[in-house]
Amino acid sequence: MRPSLLRGNAIALALLGLAILLAFGLGRFPVAPGDLARILWSGVSGQPSELSPQIETVIWNIRGPRVLAALLCGAALAVAGTAFQGLFRNPLVSPDILGASSGAALGAVLGIYLSLGIFAIQLAAFAGGLLAVGAVYAVGSTIRRGDPVLVLVLTGVVIGSLLGAGIGLVKYWADPYNQLPAMTFWLLGSLAGTDRSDLVPLLGPVLAGSAVLMALRWRMNAMSLPEEEARALGLRTGPLRLAIVAAATLVTAASVAAAGIIGWVGLVVPHLARFLVGPDFSRLLPTAAVLGGGYLLVIDTLARTAGPVETPLGILTAVIGTPFFIWLLASARGGWS
Amino acid sequence: MSLTASALAYGYRERVIGRDIALSLGRGEVLALLGPNGSGKTTLLKTLLGLLPARGGTLELENRPLAALSPPERARSLGYVPQAHAGTFAFTVEAVVLMGRSAHAGLFAAPSARDHAVASAMLERLGIARLAQRPYTEISGGERQLVLIARALAQEPAYIVLDEPTASLDFGNQGRVMQEIRRLAAEGLGVLFTTHDPNQALRHADRVMMIRDGQAIASGPAAELLTPQRLRQLYGVEIATIRDAAGQVAFLPG
Repeated sequence: MRPSLLRGNAIALALLGLAILLAFGLGRFPVAPGDLARILWSGVSGQPSELSPQIETVIWNIRGPRVLAALLCGAALAVAGTAFQGLFRNPLVSPDILGASSGAALGAVLGIYLSLGIFAIQLAAFAGGLLAVGAVYAVGSTIRRGDPVLVLVLTGVVIGSLLGAGIGLVKYWADPYNQLPAMTFWLLGSLAGTDRSDLVPLLGPVLAGSAVLMALRWRMNAMSLPEEEARALGLRTGPLRLAIVAAATLVTAASVAAAGIIGWVGLVVPHLARFLVGPDFSRLLPTAAVLGGGYLLVIDTLARTAGPVETPLGILTAVIGTPFFIWLLASARGGWS
Repeated sequence: MSLTASALAYGYRERVIGRDIALSLGRGEVLALLGPNGSGKTTLLKTLLGLLPARGGTLELENRPLAALSPPERARSLGYVPQAHAGTFAFTVEAVVLMGRSAHAGLFAAPSARDHAVASAMLERLGIARLAQRPYTEISGGERQLVLIARALAQEPAYIVLDEPTASLDFGNQGRVMQEIRRLAAEGLGVLFTTHDPNQALRHADRVMMIRDGQAIASGPAAELLTPQRLRQLYGVEIATIRDAAGQVAFLPG
């Protein structure tokens, strides 16, 4: 199958629609598509929906926010992963390459260790992600030898492993009966217990960062060329790289702060999107956002419904992502297309 | 109207590779840069393109210091054809050529109708329009080289700089690229290319500059400069000369 803009986006949107219907339709309080449409219409028009208040509560206060959070986090991770794969000219890169996830994780486990409130923990995670990437960027920029992109990646790997040691240390200190399980739970990722108030800190950074990446997507093609070629084509690679890294870090840190560490989405979804619409970033980025949202929503629905207790998202994305990625490797047309 | 360097030193912060380079490339002129492996040709090209800062001397484009131009301004005057590489992502050939329009588009802008028209015209001109929708990663090395030339031309530059444009090409494609270089000069572009083949320089360049260890050891009209003695001095091997009845000359190394 050759990539096609029309067919690719039709498939992506159809999958997204299906994911949304499944997410509302499955669970302890299933919501039929008709009821969902009626309640959305009543939300828009202000007319009463004539559904039971119980179903209304499920949709507006429980299932709805969680669905929206899954869509936002999935889209954020996919968009950030797509941008980073282009920027670092490497299809094996994921949004945590510069330490956004490890920094956020360290912030979160520190927050839990210090027995902060849930909002403060999220804030610590968000700040940790931004600080980590900021530190990587600052250190990387002082090293003026060699390819700046390679220097940045290597700095990210090194600082990421230092942050990993920090996470290990805080877990070692933590109270093994209360704090350690909370940390483990957070590090595996979950959207359980998401409510409407959780959406506000997620929505702002994800929309702002994604808007920047979307606006720059026409330049991302040339940014994926070797540094000197991109500059010879007239690109101001330094400021552009900073803008892309900052925007991708913003969305990654916000989604990790809201949902914990969810691997694989930012690595697998860009490939899937490339498979559907081709590698041109101007088409790839919107499709990756749609697919990423739908993908994480399916995963989260599985997490809610597959077992007697919720399965952590990070586990499911890995279990589904690994065979999928192997299949992708085996079937991809001509290398990293 | 020229790209002019005088007393130019070039290289890296910690290591200057060459100095005292004097060079002038006018529009409509073909200048070939000859030199052994590791003589600093590519570094000189990157400096002339403004990709590396000059380490001394002056470098001017149309009488303005090159360093004073913004990257987009530079890219609208100087086109760069790097040595062909496979690339990471399977962009279509058309998308690759459209990247050449970056310096003409706004930061957030999609390619305009004119950008698409220029890209198609350049593909047409190089005879590779049929490849437009093929993935760049799946075409041959020779075709890639032509695509990169089309991309540089899409910048609509006044000068074009090619780094060993025929290095990986078969005999036929070498001929095609060199003819294209002549055609570009005939249309008023200044062309600078590096090559390992003195015969190419002799046949297709107006002027030649020989560099060795970062020093310009000779520079002048191709026909005067390219003698067996000079080539022996440049490359350090014996050179055999073949001359036909019409007086055309070719050199063979060793």
